[in-house]
Amino acid sequence: MASLKDLRVRINSVRQTQKITSAMKLVAASKLRRAQEAAEAARPFSERMERMVGSLAQIMGEREDAPAMLRGTGRDETHLFVVATADRGLCGGFNSSITRATRARLKELGEQGKTTKIICVGRKGREQLRREFGAMIVDHTDGIGRSGGPSFEEADEIGRGLARRFEDGEFDTCTVVYNRFRTVMSQVVTFQQLIPFSPPEQAAAEEVEDTGGAIYEFEPDEEMILSDLLPRNLSIQIFRSLLENAASEQGARMTAMDSATRNAGEMIDKLTLHYNRTRQAQITKELIEIISGAEAL
Amino acid sequence: MADTLQFELVAPERLIFSGEVEMVVVPGAEGDFGVLPGHSLLLSTLRPGVIEIYENEKPKDRYVVAEGFAEVTGERCTVLSTEAFETGAIDRAEAEARLERAQLGLRDADGDEERAKYEREVELAELLAANVG
Repeated sequence: MASLKDLRVRINSVRQTQKITSAMKLVAASKLRRAQEAAEAARPFSERMERMVGSLAQIMGEREDAPAMLRGTGRDETHLFVVATADRGLCGGFNSSITRATRARLKELGEQGKTTKIICVGRKGREQLRREFGAMIVDHTDGIGRSGGPSFEEADEIGRGLARRFEDGEFDTCTVVYNRFRTVMSQVVTFQQLIPFSPPEQAAAEEVEDTGGAIYEFEPDEEMILSDLLPRNLSIQIFRSLLENAASEQGARMTAMDSATRNAGEMIDKLTLHYNRTRQAQITKELIEIISGAEAL
Repeated sequence: MADTLQFELVAPERLIFSGEVEMVVVPGAEGDFGVLPGHSLLLSTLRPGVIEIYENEKPKDRYVVAEGFAEVTGERCTVLSTEAFETGAIDRAEAEARLERAQLGLRDADGDEERAKYEREVELAELLAANVG
């Protein structure tokens, strides 16, 4: 049986852990609020951007000379995945749910004989995918949003990198994998296809009413605008997924730390009860010893 | 015809301006253009420049924008720019530091792509420095 001292030590250590987890929970909660606000604030830009690209896509979509980034390369051989995860752990199933979904998709494509490549954003995703798919990882970026949330420059960097790789013909389709923020409790792993461009259905439907089929004037011309707009759109879509991801990460961490704090509390209760019982038992034992000693005299 | 149009200036991080305006002048890639209500449909790229919002036929608000895009319809004008600053809120020291950084970058630039990037950056920083307060 554990001695009283051992129990005291254990209770103390659980209490320390609880302090840490509850502090982490509070930090995550305040970061979550900021991340959510950032994600909200960035929404108008990506919506307008989508609308613009959507209307251009309608005009250019049927044409033979539409840029490959819009139409695709016409092949379906090499798939690139941008896997966005967090740099840190201790956030429940946040990172592993992304890597698990990615792993399944990679296996599926592998069985179909397709080539797959990975770009890892965030340290955890790389660590988890490296062992199995190390050869496929062509690039990685760490430390996104270290200074309070992902910035557009960081996303732009990734976006430009993607555009460059695409020009070089390194891949045919590109998909970004991230956790979409639904509520604090639930985040949904999302595969969003970036290349070829797939307009969100809702926005496309809106567009038809909006312009009434009228024809835009272009300055300088369609191709120039489109070749400028599409890489920019890549960056902004990545920016949006990074923001969503940041909010999800904090949400997941908050939930995980909340239950960790609760579990620690339960454990402390249990240990304290055990400690008190043991103490009582010891006192009783000592009393019995004294009494029986006195009787024997 | 309405005598105002809906103008929106959007940066990636947030919506900077949204409201009814009488006229707005936008620095298009091929020259500045003014947008009044009832303008024909137009999509244009932007060069770094100054957006002017007019009220009572006088410029009221000015924003410095980096490169981006403008979409114009009869009722609205939407400007998407990677960066946008209200002229009143530009910090002189910051603008000058940025210009210096950009010039240094341009001097050490390697390859066409990088040079083009820093040239744009210098252009923007010069605009910022010239439009302080």
